[in-house]
Amino acid sequence: MTVVPTIRVQSADFDLQAEIDALTAGRRDIGAVVTFTGLCRDEQGQLSALELEHYPGMAEAEMRRIAELAIERFSLLGLTAVHRYGKILPGENIVLVVAAAPHRQAAFDGAGFMMDFLKTSAPFWKKEHAADGSQGDWVAAKDADDRARDKWR
Amino acid sequence: MSTKLVYFAWVRERIGKPEEELDLPAGVVTVRDLLNHLKSLGEEYENALQYSDVIRVAINQEHVEHDEKIAGAREIGIFPPMTGG
Repeated sequence: MTVVPTIRVQSADFDLQAEIDALTAGRRDIGAVVTFTGLCRDEQGQLSALELEHYPGMAEAEMRRIAELAIERFSLLGLTAVHRYGKILPGENIVLVVAAAPHRQAAFDGAGFMMDFLKTSAPFWKKEHAADGSQGDWVAAKDADDRARDKWR
Repeated sequence: MSTKLVYFAWVRERIGKPEEELDLPAGVVTVRDLLNHLKSLGEEYENALQYSDVIRVAINQEHVEHDEKIAGAREIGIFPPMTGG
């Protein structure tokens, strides 16, 4: 049976429990669900918001490519990834991954793999809005994110 | 034949437009050729693409390396390293 991932890119918030319920409804074979939620933080009061830009079409396509690799590699029973765009305030959600598998290790690994590749390959960019009202900078890519991705090779 | 170019994040801001259709000269064969050609189009392109090694490129919405040929490209995306998640 082919497992088809659920991929969405949206400006609206998401509901963690609703996404878990949608993935597990009517299933008797899922023994583990791991979720990851990424939130906007205020960087010790320095940041008033993040502006998330994305490449429409490619963002969904790239997330789907990563999700299909994760499903194949870890034999997942379900995988949902939702990424928001637009202006996001500290404390608000940015990204959600829900991975389902028969046992916990595959679910943990599937969610981790999805996030590590999403951060380095899915076409999204963050711009900071500073708390003092000044025009902020684009967030720089981190070498640590590349290393996190490369550990899966 | 013209090619659609789309720009994102600080590449978009520095070039000053989100997208454009360009007729590319015959000598522009690879992604690297394209980036060098764009840099010759003006100060804003030079400023956006001066550190071309870090620039990421997608052809028809799939990531490619700089030595990839651009023949057959309907849409070429040019952008900085990604910072989502």
